[in-house]
Amino acid sequence: MQHVRTSGAGEEVAALDVAGISHSYGPKRALQDVSFSIAPGTFTVLLGLNGAGKTTLFSLISHLYGTRRGSIRIFGHDVSRASGEALRRVGIVFQARTLDLDLSVHQNLSYHASLHGIGGHQARQRIAALLDTVNMQGRQHDKARSLSGGQMRRIEIARALLHRPSLLLLDEATVGLDIQSRAGILATIRKLVETEGIGVLWATHLIDEVEDGDHVVVLRQGDLVAKGKVADVVATSGASSIRDAFSRLNRIETSGIAEMSP
Amino acid sequence: MSAPAMPPKVAALTPVKFEQFGLHHYLVCLKGIVVRECLRFLHQRERFISSLVRPLVWLFIFAAGFRQVLGVSIIPPYKTYVLYEVYITPGLCGMILLFSGMQSSLSMVYDREMGNMRTLLVSPFPRWFLLISKMLAGVAVSIAQVYAFLIVAWFWGVKAPPLGYLTVLPALFLSGMMLCALGMLLSSMIKQLENFAGIMNFVIFPGYFASPALYPLWRIQEASPLLYKICLANPFTYAVELIRFAFYGQVDWLSLGVVAGCTLLFLAAAIIAYDPSRGLMTRKQDTGGNA
Repeated sequence: MQHVRTSGAGEEVAALDVAGISHSYGPKRALQDVSFSIAPGTFTVLLGLNGAGKTTLFSLISHLYGTRRGSIRIFGHDVSRASGEALRRVGIVFQARTLDLDLSVHQNLSYHASLHGIGGHQARQRIAALLDTVNMQGRQHDKARSLSGGQMRRIEIARALLHRPSLLLLDEATVGLDIQSRAGILATIRKLVETEGIGVLWATHLIDEVEDGDHVVVLRQGDLVAKGKVADVVATSGASSIRDAFSRLNRIETSGIAEMSP
Repeated sequence: MSAPAMPPKVAALTPVKFEQFGLHHYLVCLKGIVVRECLRFLHQRERFISSLVRPLVWLFIFAAGFRQVLGVSIIPPYKTYVLYEVYITPGLCGMILLFSGMQSSLSMVYDREMGNMRTLLVSPFPRWFLLISKMLAGVAVSIAQVYAFLIVAWFWGVKAPPLGYLTVLPALFLSGMMLCALGMLLSSMIKQLENFAGIMNFVIFPGYFASPALYPLWRIQEASPLLYKICLANPFTYAVELIRFAFYGQVDWLSLGVVAGCTLLFLAAAIIAYDPSRGLMTRKQDTGGNA
């Protein structure tokens, strides 16, 4: 994965640049010297089993946790030093459901729009457009409580897109959904990457969500054990497929990071 | 029920260049947080009813029963003897603010456990602004509850001077801010929702009873000098007195100073507690979390 956007000074700017991030919960190490970057307009899968450190990494990127070692930059803005500028460029779908169940779909989305300084007519327009995007038009007055898991997830995706982010973070966005809903959500996100040039970091432990053209970052117990394009990760780990590579990377001790960026 | 598949259609989502946040954007954000708090309150009818019933029970039953037992001499701001119901009304207003402040604390712990808090904390606005907005929203709801109580009390015959209903508003606001800030600070210390019962036992009840809400300070001093000193160290004491004087268009400057000072202190502590690099989040990380 390489930086592709060029700043005015001629320097390359990544959508997300994670450099030397380490984090621990007391004595328990959660992330150890994790570094990678993703380019704008690419779909990157953050792969790891439960406990690999995916959610910790998301919490650090979204500034819910303070960065203790290393740095995280979003389109060049340091998350610790310029969190506001960085967060304006990011849309986040958390692993846990975060809709307010007592409020309607429209009220949930309006609230989120206001948290990004978007109000009034502009907010209503965005909400209508995005409900259409996630195929939930006509449901804006439904209570969030009345929605199915898949529908809630779609509303959360619409919510994450309200402020026109350039980078979308999704943490286990398809957990608990049926195959059809998973496929639909994944297809929409991929379409956003393709047509709108939004960079996506898609955290999952479900290997079947990875496609051949994707970039992957593989975490195992807090260590980054592989990163690069799918074909390169497969080749370097001597596997026959990404599923095989993921299994190997999670079973076999590796001597270092398999670097496969072109 | 499974959700139907989502066809991959996409609206115009082109990333935009961001303008600097101006006053208008801050106001939009503040309005959004206040509206959400009000909507949540309106949707939780039980919360509204219980917030109204609690002080009314004290007014209708407790005060009526103790009217003959507890005599209240002429003490400022009263210029004549007043009914016991009249005396405890400012304390009951304070009680509503106290419970509401702690309720907002409970709601923040709940939001944090349920994940809703994250949507607030990942907003690009400064965290101090988000927390103050959340407090203002809580205070707006609290004040609405106080006025609902005062309307019922008015029909019960417990009336303040007409202008008092207006002059008490700043005192309610400031006292509400102090108690909401305290609630916010406490919410940063509570790890789990189940621990909230401790707040009831160690904050609400001692705070309420060790104050002039139910009996004048001079009576407490006569009964127990130690309890009197505890009352003087209790910020809620000053909130009650501030409200009491404000009902009569007067300012108790000591109370105003203490309440304003405590508001700033609790607010600063809450902002530090919710700073990801210094407070709450750091400690939460240390105690574990979902990796």
